[in-house]
Amino acid sequence: MKQLALEALDAVTHSAATYADTRVMEIRDRQVSTKNGKASHVSSGVSMGLAIRVLAHGCWGFAATDDLTRDGVQAAAALALEIARAGTLAKKQDVTLAPEEKYEAEWVSPIRIDPFTIPVDRNVALLLDIDRELRRNPGVTLAEGGMSFERRRQVFASSLGSLIDQTRYTSGVGYAATAYKDGEIQKRSYPNSFGGQHQLKGYELIDEWELMGNAARIAEEAVALHGADQCPEGEFDLILDSSQLGLQIHESVGHPIELDRVLGSEANYAGMSFLTLDRLRRLRYGSEIVNVVCDARPEHGPGLGTFAFDDEGVPAQSTDIIRDGLFTGYMTSRETAAAIGESRSNGTMRADGWARMPLIRMTNVSLRPGQASLDEVFGGVDHAIYMETNRSWSIDDKRYNFQFGCEIGWEIRHGKRVRMLKNPSYSGISTEFWNACAAIAEPPHWMLWGTPNCGKGQPEQIMGTGHGASPARFRRIKVGGAYAD
Amino acid sequence: MPIEPARCQAIFDQVLRAGRAFGAGDAEAIISAGSSALTRFANNAIHQNVAERSWQLSVRVQMDGRTARATTNRLDDAAIRQVVEEAVALTKLQEPDPALLPLWEDRPAGVSYLRWHEATARVTPTERAQAVAEAIRIVEGAGQTAAGIYSTAEAVFALLNSRGVFAYYPETMANFSITAMAADSSGWAKGSACSHRDLDPAAMARAATGKAQASRDPVELPPGAYTVILEPAAVLDLVGQMFADFSATAISDGRSFLRDRIGAKLFGGNITIHDDAYHPLQAAAPFDGEGVPRRKLALVDRGVVREVAYCRQAAQAAGVEATGHGFPLPNEYGEAPMNIAVAGGETPLEAMIASTARGILVTRLWYIREVDPYEKIMTGMTRDGTFLIEDGRIARGVRNFRFNQALPEMLSNVEAMSPAVRASGEEAFDMVAPAMKVRDFHFTEVTKF
Repeated sequence: MKQLALEALDAVTHSAATYADTRVMEIRDRQVSTKNGKASHVSSGVSMGLAIRVLAHGCWGFAATDDLTRDGVQAAAALALEIARAGTLAKKQDVTLAPEEKYEAEWVSPIRIDPFTIPVDRNVALLLDIDRELRRNPGVTLAEGGMSFERRRQVFASSLGSLIDQTRYTSGVGYAATAYKDGEIQKRSYPNSFGGQHQLKGYELIDEWELMGNAARIAEEAVALHGADQCPEGEFDLILDSSQLGLQIHESVGHPIELDRVLGSEANYAGMSFLTLDRLRRLRYGSEIVNVVCDARPEHGPGLGTFAFDDEGVPAQSTDIIRDGLFTGYMTSRETAAAIGESRSNGTMRADGWARMPLIRMTNVSLRPGQASLDEVFGGVDHAIYMETNRSWSIDDKRYNFQFGCEIGWEIRHGKRVRMLKNPSYSGISTEFWNACAAIAEPPHWMLWGTPNCGKGQPEQIMGTGHGASPARFRRIKVGGAYAD
Repeated sequence: MPIEPARCQAIFDQVLRAGRAFGAGDAEAIISAGSSALTRFANNAIHQNVAERSWQLSVRVQMDGRTARATTNRLDDAAIRQVVEEAVALTKLQEPDPALLPLWEDRPAGVSYLRWHEATARVTPTERAQAVAEAIRIVEGAGQTAAGIYSTAEAVFALLNSRGVFAYYPETMANFSITAMAADSSGWAKGSACSHRDLDPAAMARAATGKAQASRDPVELPPGAYTVILEPAAVLDLVGQMFADFSATAISDGRSFLRDRIGAKLFGGNITIHDDAYHPLQAAAPFDGEGVPRRKLALVDRGVVREVAYCRQAAQAAGVEATGHGFPLPNEYGEAPMNIAVAGGETPLEAMIASTARGILVTRLWYIREVDPYEKIMTGMTRDGTFLIEDGRIARGVRNFRFNQALPEMLSNVEAMSPAVRASGEEAFDMVAPAMKVRDFHFTEVTKF
């Protein structure tokens, strides 16, 4: 792979290109799922390809191919240069890049158990055991479970002289119980919805979640929701579990801080951002206990946004995004860093595979844990509503107005759950919400969640991102509007 | 053509030989091959300009009531043997499934090249850049800022199996989308077609610019129930959220809002919807993930839910014929109709506006998600051109709304429809859809722009 990357780089070196990089990637994956007592999907895949990105005539050109013959590589190189030349027909200024060092490195994400050494029938057997446990509850009409594993090796070479060989392993697991009854559908998921938990780990992830031990509870809750009261409408103090808060961070902090988005690159599709450049170090983003960091370094944890180098050869870094409530930083690239007066990218450029051009993507955008005990989070006010596990999410194209639905809620009085609530939802304006943050649970309750399905870019790229959070309480949030008449 | 039929057959012959060597009784191969290019622009300049070429071979084997799939994008002899060996190994580790049917045997109709256009397959980076530059000139000339894409692609989707099925579908596709931004407003237009010659980027640029100009200085209106006029892209993105539920498997699973509602009148008498892969404004293969030819379905007939899609396994369980809408096996979702044609009316958009005393004109919707799976309540935002209509005229731009709207209620409140067109959005598959005038549409919040 290294040789291929260097050959591809060589194919554009003696051209009009002022900068070039190549990525050769091999991806291996396995998907296993079960449904109502059967293996519903078992598959594996291998994909290998090469991308060439050139900066020529002041414009980017990019071509990717899975034809890894000498002719294929030469054709991709020529196409990348032709594309860059065509860009001059609608150019305003030359692209310039922040300086970066040359690196030669090899890195493999740490795992304890290589997931591809585990036979697929063992994957299926565990999921079917869970399936049986879920369906022991006669109210469960649909039991679903799944596991996914990926090994992704990438060799990056650039005209700066960098040569970086990285291998990342990711694993995911989750299950759900659906209960249909009398024209109503209720669902509970574990450890999270939309595929469960995903991290930069090996098969050890599967063993960490007490999957069997939670199945009966999940089934019972899915069925019990049918008899629960509808979540009331009004303003309430709101407590969110860490998984829902992770998605809240993703949508109302993670996307708005993408500097390419702020500068207009995504205006036609994903949209722009309310975090215009004049707000940097001036906007009171949240209350004083809110601290958010964007951290791709392995020491942050095994997140889907953890790596050693990004896809333009910049080392993983940690950037303060919100410090004591103040907005302090964006995610940048070598092309955009200068727009906020930075001399160097903070290393967030990633592509979702060999066929796509890197974009600024969330790495691990996490809310730092607070100092409150769990009792203080739940019992710090007389009355609150607690919501757990995302069911729906939506936010406007500048990331102001959001609405989330959760799978289950509870009315909390004096720190105790007094009744279950179905169809809970809440909504608000991003900065108003974060400024209403009143308590954040302490480190033992902090979890680094994986969001495997973040979409951005044209052509669209699907990326995994990490979000650490612990349960937190927010003052006077609008609740229940999704079902208002 | 990215890959010719003869090459597909040759690859499949290798798959079959390897399958026999590894003891697989039956095998199926899905071969997809194509190239695509996309010229992306923002801030009145081309900023991301990409191309990709990719082939894929996906092999499913079936042995003693078991099946599994393995996929590769390497097509040399060793890789083909390896992918078959992997599929066989995965299959042997499965438990037998008594409901698994033998491979499909009926060969679909011959190859059609109607949706493959040589000129579109050969569009150059320079041609795309020239069209983009002209669109930018139009927007910039109005003192606005343009962002968007112009893409062209060619693809082949082929499915072959050891029971004699040879299904081959070539297609080209072009997309142009543009957002024009003024100081406090924006406008948008998008089109897609199998031939790039059916797109008019300059006209779309003028439309987007006009919307941005007309929606400047937007006012904030209170949330509430409004008469809305949804342009075709807004109809597509919202109505398109319900078609995964027109699936026999989803209904059987209890995850569809049509459970216990087949034959019920859920929508207004003016709503008729078909799934029709052969519609002249539609695209995509005329066969499904097992090679079964797609049948035209009357999903909704004058407001009544009539037909849903059946994959072979769901059809067998129900004692009916498969409709040709199954996903490649193995999968947990079964099937879905994805070539939607909503029957239109005869009221042009301008006449809808003229007949509206007070209402909201919506260009486009965004970030649509399901709030309630059985009531089919969807939430989302308006975007890029939202207008107040007063006394039959567009009065001014308004700040964008959040909606929470049950689709059966919405489709029971349609007062007028335009003729249907091929519409393209970002939240659902392209479809044939009209503009709709809808009373009592539920806007629940307002955002800050």
